[in-house]
Amino acid sequence: MTMKLSLKEIFPKTPSGIEGLDEITGGGLPKGRPTLICGSAGCGKTLMGIQFLVKGITEYHEPGVFVSFEETVKDLAANVQSLGFDLEKMIGEKKLRIDHIHIEKTEIQETGEYDLEGLFIRLNYAIDQIGAKRVVLDTIESLFGGMENTTLLRSELKRLFQWLKDKGVTAIITGERGESTLTRQGLEEYVSDCVILLDFRVIDQIATRRLRIVKYRGSMHGTNEYPFLIDESGISVLPITSLKLNHSTSSEILSYGHAGLDKLFKGNGFFRGNSTLVTGSAGTSKTMLATYFALSSCERKEPVLFFSFEESPDQLIRNMQSVGLKLKPFIKSGLLNIHSSRPSLSGLEMHLLVIHKLISEHKPKTVIIDPISSLVTVGNNSEVRAMLVRLMDLLKVNQINAFFTALTHPQSADYFDFTVDAVSSLADTWIRLTNHSDAGIRSRTLSIVKSRGMGHSNEINEFVIGDKGIKLKNNSSAK
Amino acid sequence: MNKKKRLLATTEDKLVLVLYVSGMSPKSMEAIENINRICADQLENSFELEIIDLYKHPELAAEQQIVFSPSLVKRFPLPKKTLVGTFADSEKVIKGLGILFK
Repeated sequence: MTMKLSLKEIFPKTPSGIEGLDEITGGGLPKGRPTLICGSAGCGKTLMGIQFLVKGITEYHEPGVFVSFEETVKDLAANVQSLGFDLEKMIGEKKLRIDHIHIEKTEIQETGEYDLEGLFIRLNYAIDQIGAKRVVLDTIESLFGGMENTTLLRSELKRLFQWLKDKGVTAIITGERGESTLTRQGLEEYVSDCVILLDFRVIDQIATRRLRIVKYRGSMHGTNEYPFLIDESGISVLPITSLKLNHSTSSEILSYGHAGLDKLFKGNGFFRGNSTLVTGSAGTSKTMLATYFALSSCERKEPVLFFSFEESPDQLIRNMQSVGLKLKPFIKSGLLNIHSSRPSLSGLEMHLLVIHKLISEHKPKTVIIDPISSLVTVGNNSEVRAMLVRLMDLLKVNQINAFFTALTHPQSADYFDFTVDAVSSLADTWIRLTNHSDAGIRSRTLSIVKSRGMGHSNEINEFVIGDKGIKLKNNSSAK
Repeated sequence: MNKKKRLLATTEDKLVLVLYVSGMSPKSMEAIENINRICADQLENSFELEIIDLYKHPELAAEQQIVFSPSLVKRFPLPKKTLVGTFADSEKVIKGLGILFK
């Protein structure tokens, strides 16, 4: 344990510039040492390398050299232009150098012993020209293609990695995934400091990208597989924030946005940072309650992020208008952000990643997910539960008021419903809505199943929906 | 240097060779020795040989796409050809350069 204290000085780290990765690795890649990134074709190795260099230049003032064994400078620049990375400009400013190594194998013949000194000299020259601190070699294994003397090349690569260390540059070496090894040429044997594996797989017709730290010498790191996303701002990794239950709690009481509903709770509302689950079958006005919740947050001038997985923003606005709930003004003032997408469009992790990103972008005080049950359809049960825990955790840590709706089937008991089962134990407050027909009349009810840390009504409250919204019957003070 | 570079445009019959080496390493020395011998023995005067030390001209490594050392580049006649190694096997070198003897 005494050693652990000094590890930080022995193994300093360089921030990777890849969102989330630094959190998993506890600060970034090993400084002044090579890191191996491996994965099959199209998994994002090259992009990770480029982002490492570009962020190094723009955020940490560290010039970088990119040695490309596959793509030309032009192709590389074009490929990442859509991410807002202007490679040509950085090259012009002498902050970036791209050396495209082009070897025409048909033109080369081996006649005895040779070494890679030519490559060393090239690399050294490129590094010294701009004072580079970061180097990417993408994909050095292409050197092996067509060459006879692979033993010689292997020992030369070993020398190269040592040379990079001696030079003190933080390097990323990419490698294509081999059949039984991490890389085709077994580079993982030589790059022993940090190995990251990228994976791209399709489960239930939904593609997911995942990242795993295979090893990181002298450092603590997350060992899970982390989903990562490639979007218009590059790569971001979804870290699982600490799963410890040590977030601070607030005793401030906030309103649900509906006086009648608030009255059912002893404290006349809910604690800040609470999560509320509303369950009910189709047409039990779950979304309407969610809208009340959103509006009350807007009235407190606290930003709201509303994930609507079944209705488009326009549809939601129109439908809520019909019961007198006006969302439009708050959208205009920027307090309310409605984010709609089809749940089946991407995997569960991707949804969480998007939620994660939007939360860090908008910094909302209230997050609504309507319905959370539609997310569940895109993953398998054990995954879903883990993801929901992560999501809850993220919201709790940021003291965000959360509101989830879940669709249940009228016949089945709640405990047989997976979503309810998964979410209800995590949620602080659980409101159940029903909708049943007696003697030719459909009646709606609302009851509170649980509310942590606060007394609540035990009645089954009937309610009606009119032009002015929800009206609770048994409650004299209801609107 | 510049003077030598201009030798690119020589007469048709001449073989234009450039040998890239890395300093005075044993492999470099061996390559230089072997190439000189092969040229003198087999090519008589129908060649131009330029020897470049990459340590002295590191910018040329990228310009000329040199990765392996030693590298012998046949610039002329086309097709361009690169031989890597110490050139110990002179027959292989001759064959590799695509030289036909009358």
